Amino acid sequence: MNHPTSAVLRMTGVTRVHGEGATEVRALREVTFAVHAGELVAVMGPSGSGKSTLLTLAGGLDAPTSGTVEVEGTDLAGLGNAGRARMRRTSVGYVFQDFNLIPALTAIENVSLPLELDGVRTRTARVAARAALDEVGIGELADRFPDHMSGGQQQRVAIARAVVGDRRLILADEPTGALDSETGESILRLLRTRCDAGAAGVLVTHEARHAAWADRVVFLRDGVVVDETGADRADVLLDAGTST
Amino acid sequence: MSVKQALLALLEEGPRYGYQLRAQFEQRTGATWPLNVGQVYTTLTRLERDGLVEGTGADGEGHVVYRITEAGRGEVATWFTTPVSRTQPPRDELAIKLALAVTVPGVDVGRVIQQQRSATMTALQDYTRLKRRAAEGQQPEDLAWSLVLDSLVFSAEAEIRWLDHCEARLRRAELERPETLLEEILSDEEANR
Repeated sequence: MNHPTSAVLRMTGVTRVHGEGATEVRALREVTFAVHAGELVAVMGPSGSGKSTLLTLAGGLDAPTSGTVEVEGTDLAGLGNAGRARMRRTSVGYVFQDFNLIPALTAIENVSLPLELDGVRTRTARVAARAALDEVGIGELADRFPDHMSGGQQQRVAIARAVVGDRRLILADEPTGALDSETGESILRLLRTRCDAGAAGVLVTHEARHAAWADRVVFLRDGVVVDETGADRADVLLDAGTST
Repeated sequence: MSVKQALLALLEEGPRYGYQLRAQFEQRTGATWPLNVGQVYTTLTRLERDGLVEGTGADGEGHVVYRITEAGRGEVATWFTTPVSRTQPPRDELAIKLALAVTVPGVDVGRVIQQQRSATMTALQDYTRLKRRAAEGQQPEDLAWSLVLDSLVFSAEAEIRWLDHCEARLRRAELERPETLLEEILSDEEANR
């Protein structure tokens, strides 16, 4: 299952430099990293270690200074802005700390929005959105507005939006940050279930207890991967072999 | 660990023989602190000597069954109402190792910290996996086991937080050392040449 070609996200020798000269900051340095279908990988590091940069690059929200980022085998650099925007709507789901729901739309409208933006007919989009809400356990709240939901419920809507339309890469940036520990745990359980069902997940967190839900934990320090747990050595070697 | 009090507490539920006690102890605590049957019987013999349990003879299959006495109940009650002492912290190998690593010359402290962090993280991942399974059970014993797991999770988490803290402190100390600054400036100049 962990055959190298099944990598949903593959970053190869990725470096990201902000600014230049005296104010130059190397946010990431030569990072090579892959996430396969069915796998949840946690990225841990102190603030300033480059973990958020890694996530924005993985989602095509930013481009590397050097190196390549591939999502389901497609190099994001070759896509152009329109292509990347489309990839973000169809292949990648984001879950943020502060949910980022649109307050004027109901739960189901929030979830179906990315599909509708992509040209899916409203009816079809709503059916998919309803299924996604059911899957995260809040189908009965479909017609509520975000302001009338608890933090945990809002985050469930955000996860439904991240996975609707069978997107295979889920990027989560401190998704449990604003939630109490029990609600946070249920959110991780949900992410875990989604990955067990075949999605690839990247979870950025500074909480060891949350990172422990992942199959692998990658440690970032000053933009460099310094260590990882749970890595299958042979698989790492294969990945390194195919990326050169 | 207090095997004596644990066995007495289990006997509060009713008469048991040694093997049953071991099984019930492990059901509640996983195999986290394994008991061997020999240890259980030695402890029961001592408890009987001290008048805290009494043998009720063998059951149909030849197991020696023990019952708790009044004095035994008193002992259990005292155990539950007395906090576990923290005045004498158990020897912490990791704390000792780091205390020495930062003072003995030539030790790569950063590496010591990272290796431990990875090892503890791996353990934390294992506990979390076990917890996901334990959460599915509905019996009181499942709750007991899942609370023991929580305890392991919290202490692993505390260890990782402490390692992060050590790393941050060491970095700060490094930056504040004047000779390090000088070295950095010199190596920067070297690089710019």
